[in-house]
Amino acid sequence: MLEIDRLSFSYARGASSKAGRHGARGPACDRSADSAVGNGRPLLLEELSLSVASAELLAVLGPNGVGKSTLLKLIAGLLPCEQGRICVDATDVSALSRRERARRIAYLPQLTEIAPVTVFEAVLLGRLPHLGLQPSERDLAMVDTMICELGLASLSSRRVNLLSGGELQKVMIARALVQEPRLLLLDEPVNHLDLRNQIAVLRSIQGLTRAHALITLVVLHDLNLALRFADRFLLLGSRAAVTTGRMEALASEAVGAAYGIEVIRGEVGGLPVMVPVISAAREQVAW
Amino acid sequence: MRSSAKQSDAAADSEPPSPRKAYQRLLRQRLLLGLAMLAALALLLLIALGSGSYQLGPSAVAAALVAGPSPADQEQRVAAQVIWSLRLPRVTAALLAGASLGLAGAVLQGLLRNPLASPFTLGISQGAALGATCAIVLFDAGALHAVGTEAMTLQAPMSVVGLALTGGLGAAALILLIGTLRGLTPEAVVLAGIALGAFASAATMIVQYFASDTQAAATLFWTFGDLGRAGWSEVAWLAAALVAIGGWPLRAAWRYNALAWGDDLARGLGVSVARQRLLGTAAAAALAAITTAFLGVIGFIGLIAPHLIRLLIGGDQRFLLPFSALAGALVLLAADTLTRLLIAPVMLPVGAVTALLGAPLLLVLLLRQRR
Repeated sequence: MLEIDRLSFSYARGASSKAGRHGARGPACDRSADSAVGNGRPLLLEELSLSVASAELLAVLGPNGVGKSTLLKLIAGLLPCEQGRICVDATDVSALSRRERARRIAYLPQLTEIAPVTVFEAVLLGRLPHLGLQPSERDLAMVDTMICELGLASLSSRRVNLLSGGELQKVMIARALVQEPRLLLLDEPVNHLDLRNQIAVLRSIQGLTRAHALITLVVLHDLNLALRFADRFLLLGSRAAVTTGRMEALASEAVGAAYGIEVIRGEVGGLPVMVPVISAAREQVAW
Repeated sequence: MRSSAKQSDAAADSEPPSPRKAYQRLLRQRLLLGLAMLAALALLLLIALGSGSYQLGPSAVAAALVAGPSPADQEQRVAAQVIWSLRLPRVTAALLAGASLGLAGAVLQGLLRNPLASPFTLGISQGAALGATCAIVLFDAGALHAVGTEAMTLQAPMSVVGLALTGGLGAAALILLIGTLRGLTPEAVVLAGIALGAFASAATMIVQYFASDTQAAATLFWTFGDLGRAGWSEVAWLAAALVAIGGWPLRAAWRYNALAWGDDLARGLGVSVARQRLLGTAAAAALAAITTAFLGVIGFIGLIAPHLIRLLIGGDQRFLLPFSALAGALVLLAADTLTRLLIAPVMLPVGAVTALLGAPLLLVLLLRQRR
């Protein structure tokens, strides 16, 4: 059970990995001046309370820059949580050591770097929080199992920089899972993937969440993928407009307000879909 | 998805036994490569000890090594003198300096995630050169001794070494300070290093401009890295530095593996990113500064050794770091042996030959690489 209790944060810039690519990547968690809440910067999110149960897949939705990645980093313990509490199975995340935290929480950021190693080595790295000086038989066996479970066995000796985007994302998920986490945090795992791979990766995530009774949070941009695969949603609009609930309850009005665009929720072939109304969008999205 | 999993299972049955078996086979191959490099090093050692103006066969070299520095047998006296007083310190210095520079380069490239990172790009070599130049010109420390036309030796009193070490470590400390102030982003560290290197080079030139002819010659001569400067005391210093400092990055290799995937991912795996980068960079800088202070500027080893190994075995730092040290030792020893043989009896400065030998090797490997 992940419990977030009245969490507020104000990281506007520098905390997101996108801004970080251009030099401002200063690890905000190491610089207290940057992270002080209420240092004149407006709060990005105010008093968010949320609980997610085991085997539940939560889609984190919302427009760019609204704080989705920052929220994930706060939960992962990469940024200090200064207002509010985040607990995993009744343990406060901020009270854990780095290593203990990494044993409970697997965090998969948006990939910016790829090391020139084989698939097996890339997955084995996930054992780092459990590792002594050398990987044990158990570590190797676990990596072996996970690689086979995700259908990567034939690729296991291949260098990861030679993989397709979908394969690479599966490798990253395999690594996150050999961490044996309770909590799985995925930041836009299906970005840049084609339709088939989006489905394949999300289906894996959904299946693994249920099979391993994980608590899974996935940042998604595609509302329709969220409707198909997630159990619940967290929709971040402006700091006041935060809604959460089961996917069936995701209302077009809330989505429209969050993204500043009109959307219609309906059904195609019995499947739930959400589509934007283009004509209205043209007026709203002023270039 | 299900069917593709089945297919890959079937493929796994026919080709490799299992991912784990394949990985263990890979590890054995790497171990073999390590042993092969050690064997090559041993062979090269015999050749290096035997070659020079006083030629010795491998068996004579071995006999002299076994007999010790002061053998009872009168006939072995000369061989013992040549081996133990002249060649062994030089060859050992080549091994230690090559290993230090190779390891430092591998650590810097890994931690800064930049294939161009090396003691040179971080300004450490230039800082050391500035220190040595100041010692020679301002404090009149080094005097150049030309013995005939054959061998020039720079008397390297401790003040030259001391100031060179101060310069190298100072440059490294400045970079780390700047890096820390900027939140230690790899890009900032590399940029600061390049700027600092240019600054140190310019300052060196200005000091040289006001130097006398012999002083300027001495400073120039100092910058040609030369293993002939090494006696047993220098070797002891280099060995102590490598043992004391080199162990730290080797123990942190797993964390460096995590860092290769970006800072956020490494943090998610429980790695203290800023701390690892600070300590690792400091260790590499110290290794490079100490080597440069004693032997002068030896370029390219720190750049080429990690690249050679990465092309051969990939990026796993557990192997990349020790193998880069081995490769650095191999390349530097080979280059030094060449300097003594190429146009004997003139000994070329090894600092020039490393690049002469290393650059074509790197180019060949890059061109042969399949993408």
